Amino acid sequence: MVKINGNELDVSGKTIAQYLSETNYSTARIAVERNGEIVPKSQYDAVVLEDSDTVEIVSFVGGG
Amino acid sequence: MVLGQEQAQRYARHFVLKEIGVSGQKKLLQSGVLVIGAGALGSAAIIYLAAAGVGTIGIADYDKVEISNLQRQVIHKTGRTGMKKTVSAELSVKELNPDINVRLHNEKITPDNITDIIAMYDFVIDCTDRFETKFLINDACVLAKKPYSHAGVVRFEGQAITYVPKKGPCLRCLLGSVPPPQETMTCSQAGVLGAVTGIVGSVQALEAVKYLIGAGDLLTGRVFTIDGLSMVSKVTAIPHSDPDCAVCGNAPSILSLNNNREEYEVKSCSF
Ligand SMILES: [Zn+2]
Repeated sequence: MVKINGNELDVSGKTIAQYLSETNYSTARIAVERNGEIVPKSQYDAVVLEDSDTVEIVSFVGGG
Repeated sequence: MVLGQEQAQRYARHFVLKEIGVSGQKKLLQSGVLVIGAGALGSAAIIYLAAAGVGTIGIADYDKVEISNLQRQVIHKTGRTGMKKTVSAELSVKELNPDINVRLHNEKITPDNITDIIAMYDFVIDCTDRFETKFLINDACVLAKKPYSHAGVVRFEGQAITYVPKKGPCLRCLLGSVPPPQETMTCSQAGVLGAVTGIVGSVQALEAVKYLIGAGDLLTGRVFTIDGLSMVSKVTAIPHSDPDCAVCGNAPSILSLNNNREEYEVKSCSF
């Protein structure tokens, strides 16, 4: 199980890009942190989620 | 610096806070904060900085007050439509606290002028409404080693972070680059509720005050988010900057604002 924003999800084995494609996140406006380190956007295709990973996804908006 | 009798009364509620006290108040009065954007976030940020007695407040904006602004930009007033936002904001600041020295920057913030402008202040608050400008401010502050508060709001949602050199990620660490216009919605397209901008703009003023007096824990390495509909607010720890960040990383590619000028040009439709 992977903990994403505090929820245990059965997504280990998927890349971050695969996981995100199944959600409503706008990838250009999010920051993804895995196990305490920022995952750069260029790595979303390469990083595979593993059991006991802790992931935080934060959305940003641009208005003011 | 000796506080006058009126100042002693005005700031009495600060003196009883052990984090501020008389010495903290003097620090605030001797500090300068630049607010870029006198819109919705800026309305809250500027007014609370003025009330707190931040001695010099810079206000940068090049727009004029429109009636459609007033549903959220509470520093402006109905009778001031057509007035420059900087001038209107200054009037409100002076009404609230005539002690404050207000400096107006009545021009568009660009890669050519931003470095000189931010150099005049101790702390910068980004209250602009487009990602392109937010990245310009981020990169300028990173290159100048200037602490600043980032925030954004749309609809009922908002976020804020505080950048302090070497204390955590910058906006570019978190997002990489300016999101393409189709991915972003400005407030005019998506709508926004004033009270939400008030919460987030107040957070920005709070961060500035905390930075200036050295109190508490800043939103460095932490992202504050609020969803006003569900009323869920969170602080997510993202303590480490991205070592490959193009502006604050170990081998940055953005060495000057000039060589990255194109990314700062506004592509999204206007506010
Ligand atoms: Zn960075």
